[in-house]
Amino acid sequence: MPEGQFKEGIVGGRLAADQYADNFSDLHPPLDHHEALVESDRCYFCYDAPCMNACPTSIDIPLFIRQISTGNPIGSAKTIFDQNILGGMCARVCPTETLCEEVCVREVAEGKPVQIGRLQRYATDVAMSENKQFYPRATPTGKTVAVVGAGPAGLAAAHRLARHGHDVTILEARPKAGGLNEYGIAAYKSVDNFAQAEVDYVTAIGGIDIQNGKTLGRDYQLSDLIRNYDAVFLGMGLGGINALRADGEDADGVTNAVEFIAELRQASDLSSLPVGRRVVVIGGGMTAIDAAVQSKLLGAEEVTICYRRGQEHMNASEFEQDLAAANGVTIRHWLQPRRVIAEGGKVSAIELEYTALSGDRLAGTGETLTLVADQVFKAIGQSFVPAALNGSGASIELEAGRIKVDAEGRTSLAKVWAGGDCILGGDDLTVSAVAQGRDAAESIHRSLTQG
Amino acid sequence: MADIRNNFVGIKSPNPFWLASAPPTDKAYNVVRAFKAGWGGVVWKTLGEEGPPVVNVNGPRYGAIWGADRRLLGLNNIELITDRDLQVNLREIKQVKKDWPDRAIVVSLMVPCVEEAWKAILPVVEETGADGIELNFGCPHGMSERGMGAAVGQVPEYIEMVVRWCKQNTRMPVITKLTPNITDVRKPARAAHAGGTDAVSLINTINSITGVDLDSFAPQPTIDGKGSHGGYCGPAVKPIAMNMVAEIARDPETSGLPISGIGGITTWRDAAEFMALGAGNVQVCTAAMTYGFKIVQEMIAGLENWMDEKGHATLDDIIGRATPNVTDWQYLNLNYVAKARIDQDACIKCGRCHIACEDTSHQAITSMVDGVRHFEVIEAECVGCNLCVNVCPVDNCITMEPLAAGVMDQRTGKPVSPIYANWTTHPNNPMAKVAAE
Repeated sequence: MPEGQFKEGIVGGRLAADQYADNFSDLHPPLDHHEALVESDRCYFCYDAPCMNACPTSIDIPLFIRQISTGNPIGSAKTIFDQNILGGMCARVCPTETLCEEVCVREVAEGKPVQIGRLQRYATDVAMSENKQFYPRATPTGKTVAVVGAGPAGLAAAHRLARHGHDVTILEARPKAGGLNEYGIAAYKSVDNFAQAEVDYVTAIGGIDIQNGKTLGRDYQLSDLIRNYDAVFLGMGLGGINALRADGEDADGVTNAVEFIAELRQASDLSSLPVGRRVVVIGGGMTAIDAAVQSKLLGAEEVTICYRRGQEHMNASEFEQDLAAANGVTIRHWLQPRRVIAEGGKVSAIELEYTALSGDRLAGTGETLTLVADQVFKAIGQSFVPAALNGSGASIELEAGRIKVDAEGRTSLAKVWAGGDCILGGDDLTVSAVAQGRDAAESIHRSLTQG
Repeated sequence: MADIRNNFVGIKSPNPFWLASAPPTDKAYNVVRAFKAGWGGVVWKTLGEEGPPVVNVNGPRYGAIWGADRRLLGLNNIELITDRDLQVNLREIKQVKKDWPDRAIVVSLMVPCVEEAWKAILPVVEETGADGIELNFGCPHGMSERGMGAAVGQVPEYIEMVVRWCKQNTRMPVITKLTPNITDVRKPARAAHAGGTDAVSLINTINSITGVDLDSFAPQPTIDGKGSHGGYCGPAVKPIAMNMVAEIARDPETSGLPISGIGGITTWRDAAEFMALGAGNVQVCTAAMTYGFKIVQEMIAGLENWMDEKGHATLDDIIGRATPNVTDWQYLNLNYVAKARIDQDACIKCGRCHIACEDTSHQAITSMVDGVRHFEVIEAECVGCNLCVNVCPVDNCITMEPLAAGVMDQRTGKPVSPIYANWTTHPNNPMAKVAAE
């Protein structure tokens, strides 16, 4: 029987024991002091800087880089945290290649942007390693706010509310805080348990009580929160996984990519984590890439991403696509799943159909392709599950399947705000969730103090 | 191929690039390496009188300032003249000159301001076969406290006196090295000229403190908690040096006096600029101390290529060519009008031209046009100041374009006059000379 990488089925231990740490090491290792100075010197300190405008949290990037270059990394970190208290994680996971670095004038001029993300990590690492807390709490207001979900939106909202002197209770369904930072991001983007270190850093301000294992709709109702707190912020993300709508998708070996990614992040021993020999990932976003690359890094022999549209339509950035390719992942386009083929209840192959655009409409061409697979990951997006919210008390208004909010994050219900992936207009980015949480907190604060 | 052989006051060298009197020319080992690398000549680091050699500090001798990427822009030093025995230096000079007869070796000298001291050292230097001497009247630190170096160079009468002693006591050409730590460099140059010097060289280093240690509150370079001003050199001083060279070159009293240009010369272009302003050759130190002797290869090739390209056959074709174009402000043509123009293809949209103009100048550059980030000169506001050109990170992206005579200047609403007119006749000048009837 073949061993290791060539073992059939979904098994662990495909690689030599020492290979795992290597494979899952930091994707963008931190800049050292010298590298940070050299890189910071490349910034032109642009006027009305395009990078700053591209940042969903509007961090003053030229200023924080100038502060690094003048030997003031602590001041630099404050510039970052002023706008984005999760600046440390954003420095690691932001698709900078489609945000700040894409519009950096040096990208325009030379095709080599200033490495804004890595500089941001340098500054925030310095401040966090010294546990430098910049924001004293305002005099307690006596007001209480409930935050549903301890993800990026909830944490950002909680920090800003705590700063303003309000007492915050975060109700989190999972055993750990952090949301997708803890459960939903490839391991090599957030090494050394950074997500938890950041939760500790953010909550060190005080006035934030995180209660884990509290699921909305099961352990408490929205109406309870509205009754018991002065305001409520909803930041519970997306609970649902979109189905493949392919025959046989219940077969063993068909897994949600987000669950795989979460399991991987929580694994204490990666060598025991099972993965298929031939893996097919259905989807075209960051989750598809994260699942595919990590499958490869766990020792899968063949990993193929199948996306139903063209390369130019993929949500995954070019950088992420290149990362996948560099790790030996094959990306195929214009293929949609049609049938999962199982043997003895277990996946053995997947039949896909070629697609084409006729006008704006995507349709199967009838031609099919069968890929041998012992594991299939579904990564075709997540959806908001409103069931937990509505059904008790007044219903919250939805739009296009997500919570409808106004420009300040107010929902249709009085006293209730929302932000992050659960709202319409959420774009699945940590940094956008932070911006929405922060801005909703300011709106809540205005409402509580002007009340 | 351009001929870049240099003849400076009768001292011949294969090219006009000499190493200045400084650490790179302190001993035979360095000088031989320099000659191997291609330097045309050296000014041997300053010798003092016979006796116990000077001592140097045993801590940092140099301080510096840097630009982006820690590129060294300015260096200062508190090193004194040679701290090696006079006889050792003389032996080495003699040997190196013997081994490298086609290269120039000039010996820098600094002895007390009494005639006997000069009478004693000149013959022993002459005996080495050196091509000339350079009088160090510039060293601004240490030696000046003992009545030498800049202490002499700051008193024109002393300069004239010492130069005269030297001219009377040696057949070697005398180059007088001037200090910039004065208010009018023409005065010491005129004094040297009156004393009969064959040439002047300038600038020596500028009094400076390069930094302050903010933990110990000590100036840098710091010696046991204290600091002393040092002599500043390197690319940062080049504009100051060039002005001083030009001042002497265009002064009727010293016109024609050979000048060896010194001060921040780092590339062939720097050298060509000094020579165009009137320097007969150039001396280099900081660039070599920053990058090593190999830089002379770039200087030689660069100068030759430029001369070939422009059709200049010999150095005489370029020396002093810019001197007549250096004038006083009052003679500048006030009817000349230029406007900045931004090359939109080259523009990388950093916006620095806009914010510099908007915040600190004339509000003459847009930042947004029709809702799009766009930087464009508003001619009606542009005074042609050139600030945008200077802050733009892209070479040649913003240029100053002169308006032809007759073209409407949108700022003044008047056509550009074809007539040269300067301040001396301007109606706003209360001292204006009445134009001839």
